[in-house]
Amino acid sequence: MKRATNTWLGLSILIVLLMLSVPAAGFAQGSDPTDDDVNAVAKQLYCPVCENIPLDACGTAACEQWRGIIYDKLKEGWSEDQIKDYFVAQYGDRVLAEPPKQGFNWLAYLVPGLVFAGGSFLLYRGFDQWKKSAPAAEESAKKSLDEDPSRDVYISRVEDELKKRSGGSK
Amino acid sequence: MVAEIGFGSLFITLIFSIYGIGAAVYGAQHRNQAWISSAKNAMQLVFPLLTISIASLLYLLVNNHFEVAYVADVTSTTMPAYLKMTALWGGQAGSLLFWSWLLAAFTSAVTLRKWDRDQDLLPWVIVVNLVTLTFFLILNVFYENPFNMIWQDVSGGYSFSFIQPLGTIQIFPVQGSGLNPLLRHPGMIIHPPMQYLGFVGFIIPFSFAIATLITRRTDDRWIQLSRGWTLWAWLFLSLGLILGARWAYDVLGWGGYWGWDPVENSAFMPWLSGTAYLHAVLIKEKRGMFKQLTMVLSILTYLLVIFGTFITRSGLLSSVHSFAQSKIGPVFLIFISLTIIISVWLMSSRWRELRSKQIIRSFFSREGLIIISVVLFLGLLVTVFWGVLFPIISELVIGQKVTVGPPFYERVAAPIFGALLILMILCPLAVWTFMSYKNLGKLLWKPFLISLAGIAFPIIGGLDKWSAVIAFWLVTFVLAVNLFEIAKRINIRRNTEDESWWSSLARVLKRNRRSLSAMIIHIAMVLMALGIIGIEFFQTETQGTIAEGQELQLAPYTMEYEDLEIFDAPDGRNVARAVVLIKKDGRVIDKIYPRRDYYYDSRQPVTIPGVRSTLLDDFYVILVDWKEVTSDGATFKVYHNPLVKWLWIGTYVFVIGVVFATWPEKKKKTAK
Repeated sequence: MKRATNTWLGLSILIVLLMLSVPAAGFAQGSDPTDDDVNAVAKQLYCPVCENIPLDACGTAACEQWRGIIYDKLKEGWSEDQIKDYFVAQYGDRVLAEPPKQGFNWLAYLVPGLVFAGGSFLLYRGFDQWKKSAPAAEESAKKSLDEDPSRDVYISRVEDELKKRSGGSK
Repeated sequence: MVAEIGFGSLFITLIFSIYGIGAAVYGAQHRNQAWISSAKNAMQLVFPLLTISIASLLYLLVNNHFEVAYVADVTSTTMPAYLKMTALWGGQAGSLLFWSWLLAAFTSAVTLRKWDRDQDLLPWVIVVNLVTLTFFLILNVFYENPFNMIWQDVSGGYSFSFIQPLGTIQIFPVQGSGLNPLLRHPGMIIHPPMQYLGFVGFIIPFSFAIATLITRRTDDRWIQLSRGWTLWAWLFLSLGLILGARWAYDVLGWGGYWGWDPVENSAFMPWLSGTAYLHAVLIKEKRGMFKQLTMVLSILTYLLVIFGTFITRSGLLSSVHSFAQSKIGPVFLIFISLTIIISVWLMSSRWRELRSKQIIRSFFSREGLIIISVVLFLGLLVTVFWGVLFPIISELVIGQKVTVGPPFYERVAAPIFGALLILMILCPLAVWTFMSYKNLGKLLWKPFLISLAGIAFPIIGGLDKWSAVIAFWLVTFVLAVNLFEIAKRINIRRNTEDESWWSSLARVLKRNRRSLSAMIIHIAMVLMALGIIGIEFFQTETQGTIAEGQELQLAPYTMEYEDLEIFDAPDGRNVARAVVLIKKDGRVIDKIYPRRDYYYDSRQPVTIPGVRSTLLDDFYVILVDWKEVTSDGATFKVYHNPLVKWLWIGTYVFVIGVVFATWPEKKKKTAK
């Protein structure tokens, strides 16, 4: 029993070591990355000079140079995340397509959700109150119509006219 | 001389605007009709006066008057006359003048209507319109004057002003810098006027809303008065957005149509609140509810127009530093702050008077479903607003600017658009006040079966992306519900009136204009959604460098690079044009010409893709680069964009729907 446990433990350690020795989702070192490989990474990055244009679509010399760096890094076997981290270290968070979920940047994600949830809650609560106060509200609406002086003049005239017409058609 | 006429007219317009504001306020406070009429006359004069100014600038642009700084900045002798005319909105000063001119057209037009029943609103409508116009005229006269001349001092430094500074001589350049090549596309000729018309159009409902608040009128007259204006403004803004998307697709060369760019977003935000407003108005008109909400949305839409203009023109988007250096940024900030403060104060002081007496009984009613759609539009608006603002806030607070790009928006937009599609299925069938599940089921089952049949074909054809299957199913369901509903109404009419199908259709359209125009607009929206789903779910791309005669494969197509020609065009471009054969199943089916134009005058290149477009898909090829010796090959980026053409087809249907909704009804002859 103990021997079997040791065998499993040994195998597990071997598998973990093997996994650690393989670069995560990286490129086989030495092989030539294609344009599509470069663009797949470039698409996720933004040049600080050409605002709001993803790196794969930008035609400036600076962006071409960045794509060259991506090509070199891929050729060296770097993973996508390693390359992105490299550019973040060089130029800051703004090279990423969206703010990284950390520190102050959490506000970017939380504020719209909170506002939306708050708005929906207020609407729901308002709806709940409307339902509860429905009979009272209807009564007050009716009352206010009765109190409306303009109603006496116009609405009663229309009602009289309607009565006359319906009487006439009988 | 022409520049003097243009600037003189601009200055006189400013004087008239200021006078109009004063006269209207005085007339309203002293109930003096003569002063109000005088203010009205002043407001009617601003349009012809600004037309003189615009005509002067156009004359200068078309006739190469490079002594005028703006003309030298945006035109050159090599540009054709029509492009020189569009250069009117090719730079900051010209586009501000163009904006003022369109605003003056709207404000003058609104005074031409009969004001018999609404005399009390008139002075305040004049005040709101003329205050806005005055602000833009101040920008043009004092900060961004399109008639400024170029002057040189003894040290060789240049300055730009209308009046000659001491110790300078006037400069007469023989050539201008030319228009930004990206703005030379046909889409850019129509896109800005549409966008501006949409923007300035929303001032009319805003002015009616503010006038109603000031006069403390509690009726719904302002909604009736502004309905047509709002719909036209909404149509123009929608067209502006779609034309902008088309321009991006044709010119920017990244295979897409919408990049969630802050400039796009700043036009999208008023569209979202305007759309929410149009939906809320439906409930207001039919059920008398949400008086406060409609007022808030009308004012919010206008504020977002001004906010969008502010952030795109003040330099704030580039950085807070360029905002501080911008000439118009701080002035704009003062104007927008005052507008917000006054609007919020007016609304809060009349808040209780705007309370509706009607109540919503159930969310499972037409008004309930519409109000959910309003919440969804506003949810997306909050996200977009925050996404545009966050990089600025981040730069201010932690000193580091971040990018808020497409993944941020798409995460929120996709489920909201999905929910809106569900509402488009339910709303046409729902009744006001309350409806039962049983009744809805009875109305839904037939379109439901049609939608299942519709989605069966793509699934059998191999569609295995479940998110896409759901999206397609929702689209076919919306189409089925709306078309089924229209067909049902025609059939009822035919059965009762014994008419032909066409005359029944005509009468149904005529008698149910409101609901049917909404259905047509919803059908247009799902046609557009079809294009969006196609590109978002199924777009594929590849890039490769190939020699002449070699091929690149993508989706069902193969492209063969046949040839590359480099030549100078007569309009000042150096053109590098590739000849590309498109093959399917080994057979040549089309020939396209992706190219890169280099403009000598502005020293800027622009990439024009070659596109083979069908109802099923677009094959979109960009010439990325090429070696000087063409036999070494060229680099192409290729996109396969399924169904994207439906996005543009939906636009035509959309225009039909909105024009149908807005078209003035024939007034019935009253019996004598």
